[in-house]
Amino acid sequence: MTQKVNLPPRVNQKDLVNLYKQMWLIRFFEEKVDEFFAKGMIHGTTHLAVGQEASAVGAIAVLEDRDKITSTHRGHGHCIAKGAEVNGMMAELFGRTTGYCKGKGGSMHIADVEKGNLGANGIVGGGFAIATGAALTSQMKKEGFVVLCFFGDGASNEGSFHEALNLASIWKLPVVFVCENNQYGMSGPAKEMMNIENIAQRGQSYGIPGKVVDGNDIFDVMNGVGEAVDRARNGEGPSIVEAKTYRWKGHSKSDAKKYRTREEEKEWRLKDPIERMRLVLVQEGILTEEAAEKIKAEAKDEVEASVEFAADSPHPSLDDLMEDIYA
Amino acid sequence: MRELTYLEAVREAMSQEMRQNEDVFILGEDIGVYGGAFGVTRGMIEEFGPERIRNTPISEAAISGTAVGAALTGMRPILELQFSDFITIAMDNMVNQAAKIRYMYGGKGKVPMVLRTPAGSGTGAAAQHSQSLEAWMAHIPGLKVVQPSTAYDAKGLLKAAIDDDNPVIFYEHKLCYKTKSDVPEEQYSIPLGKADIKREGKDVTIVATAIMVHKSLEAAAELEKEGISVEVIDPRTLVPLDTETIIESVKKTSRLVVVHEAVKRGGFGGEIASVIAESEAFDYLDAPIKRLGGKSVPIPYNPELEKAAIPGVDDIIAAVKETVNRL
Repeated sequence: MTQKVNLPPRVNQKDLVNLYKQMWLIRFFEEKVDEFFAKGMIHGTTHLAVGQEASAVGAIAVLEDRDKITSTHRGHGHCIAKGAEVNGMMAELFGRTTGYCKGKGGSMHIADVEKGNLGANGIVGGGFAIATGAALTSQMKKEGFVVLCFFGDGASNEGSFHEALNLASIWKLPVVFVCENNQYGMSGPAKEMMNIENIAQRGQSYGIPGKVVDGNDIFDVMNGVGEAVDRARNGEGPSIVEAKTYRWKGHSKSDAKKYRTREEEKEWRLKDPIERMRLVLVQEGILTEEAAEKIKAEAKDEVEASVEFAADSPHPSLDDLMEDIYA
Repeated sequence: MRELTYLEAVREAMSQEMRQNEDVFILGEDIGVYGGAFGVTRGMIEEFGPERIRNTPISEAAISGTAVGAALTGMRPILELQFSDFITIAMDNMVNQAAKIRYMYGGKGKVPMVLRTPAGSGTGAAAQHSQSLEAWMAHIPGLKVVQPSTAYDAKGLLKAAIDDDNPVIFYEHKLCYKTKSDVPEEQYSIPLGKADIKREGKDVTIVATAIMVHKSLEAAAELEKEGISVEVIDPRTLVPLDTETIIESVKKTSRLVVVHEAVKRGGFGGEIASVIAESEAFDYLDAPIKRLGGKSVPIPYNPELEKAAIPGVDDIIAAVKETVNRL
C-alpha cells in the first residue's frame, strides 16, 4: 500500500525519525501503564492515548522549544512529545519522588513548566483559559512563543471553551487550540452531544479559522497545526485545528466500552497512525525496514528501563505531605 | 498625614505597583474608561493604557483562567471581579487550578495573582450582588484570603498581595470604599497573616472582619460608656490567620465575641471559635464564645429586611453584654 504524501516543510529526515520514535515511546508507555493498572500494580486512574499518537506528536513537532502547551487528562502523549523523560513520567505514576510532580500529581497532572509543558489537567476544559493566559504573557512581554492548547471533543461543550476562544480572538493571542476528536467523551458519542459535524466549525463563532485534519496522519497534523502556529506567531491570532482520531482503549481503567462496537474499534485499528508513518518513511527512503524495527526496539527498551527507574525510586516521606502548598 | 478613602487607597496601591513593575497588569469587566463597577480603576487606563488596564468581555471563567495562565508564565495579574458573587463562575480556575497547580506539580511553577472583588450587602443590590462568600475560599488550601477593613490596611495589604507568589483573594467590602483613614503616600506592605488590634480593651475580645470591624468599634465606644472595656481585633487576613494575636487577647479578656457579615452557618467565625476552643485560651474563658453572623437567608432587597439579615451595632452590644453578664 502506498499513499500520497505531503511531507511538511521545515522538517528534516532526522526529525522525522525522532518523531517516529516518539510515537513508539507513547505506544509502549501507554501499554505498559495499561498492564500495570490491570495488575493493580499502580493505583488511582489513568487515561490512555493509544491510537492518538499522531495528533500529539505531529502537533508538537511544528513547535519551537520556547513554545508552550497545555494538556488534558489524556496527556501522557503530549508530555512525551514535548520532550518529557519517560523515567520521570513512569516514576510519577508510581508515586515516587523522582516523578515529575514528586509523586503528588499522578497521571492527570504531569507538568514540566520550565520546558513549556504547563500541565495536564483533570478538569475537562480546564486548559482553555490557562493557555489563553500564557499566550497573553507571550504577547505582553513580546516573548514570541506560541501556546498549543490540546482539548477533546467533549471539552468543546464546556463554557470555558467558548469564553476563552472569544477572548483569545479579540486580543489576537498566539494560541492554537488543537482538538483531538477521539469521537467519545467518557461514553458520550460526539455526534450525540453536538449538532455539528466538525468542532472546527465552532471557530466561525469567534472569527477564527477552523481546520479539520486526519488525526491519524502525522503529516496532515503537522501541516495543519504548522499553518496555525505560523499564523499565531505572526500576530494573526488563534485558530482551531481539529484532528479526527480514535482512542483504542477505554476512557479510563474501568470501561466495558458498551457505547461502541468492536467492529468500529477494528476499523480504526486499521488506521494505526504509527504504521501509517512507518510506511511513508520507508516508501520515501527515510528509513529502512530494519532501521524502523531498531527504533521500535529502542523505544520499548526505554520504557522498560523507566519501569526499573520508577520501581527503584524512593516514595515521598510523610514529611513531604505539607510541602509545596504555597510558594 | 493625608487621608484617603479605602477606594482611593486600593487604586493607589495598584498604581504605585504598576509604575514599578511591568509584569503587573489588571484585567476585568468595564475597568477601562468606565473605571470599574465601583470606580476603583478610574483614571488608570489614562495612565497605563489599554494593554495593562485590560477591559474584558463578560467572561468570568475565561478571565480568571487567563489570569492563572498569565501568572504561571511570568506575569503578576490583578483580576477585578465586579461583584464577589460572580466568583461562582470563576470558581474552577481559583479552586481547581490556581490553588492546586503548585502542589500538583510537585512545587514547580507558581501562580502569583490577586483576585480583587467587592463584597457584602448594604447597597440594595439584593441576593446575587451582596454576598460574603469568603469562607468558601478560606476552605481551600493553596489560596490566601485577605479582607481589609480600613484604607490604611487596604493599601498595605494589597501591596503584599501583589508581591505574594501565590493566588490571593482580596475582598473589598463595598461599604468600606468610602471610609477614610490616614494613608502614607509612599508604598508600604502589611504582611499577610498579621492581625491588627483596632482597639485595646480588657473585658471582652471581639474578633470582627470587614465592615463589622467598624460596627464593632462603634459598639465598643457605646459599651465603654457603660464601663465595659472591649478589645477589637481585625484578623485582616483569614488565610493565613494570625491565631496568636487572637489567643493572647482571649487569654487577657477571658471572653470572645466573633462577628462577621457572612452567613453564620458555616461561616469563618466557626473557625475562629474553634481556634480558641482548641487552644490554651480555652481554660481562660469565663463565658461561652458568642458568634454573630448573617442570618441563613439570601440578602433581600427591602432596606429594612436587608439590614435585619446581618448583625448590627445593637446586636454586637447585646452579645457583648450577654457575654459579660454570664459570670
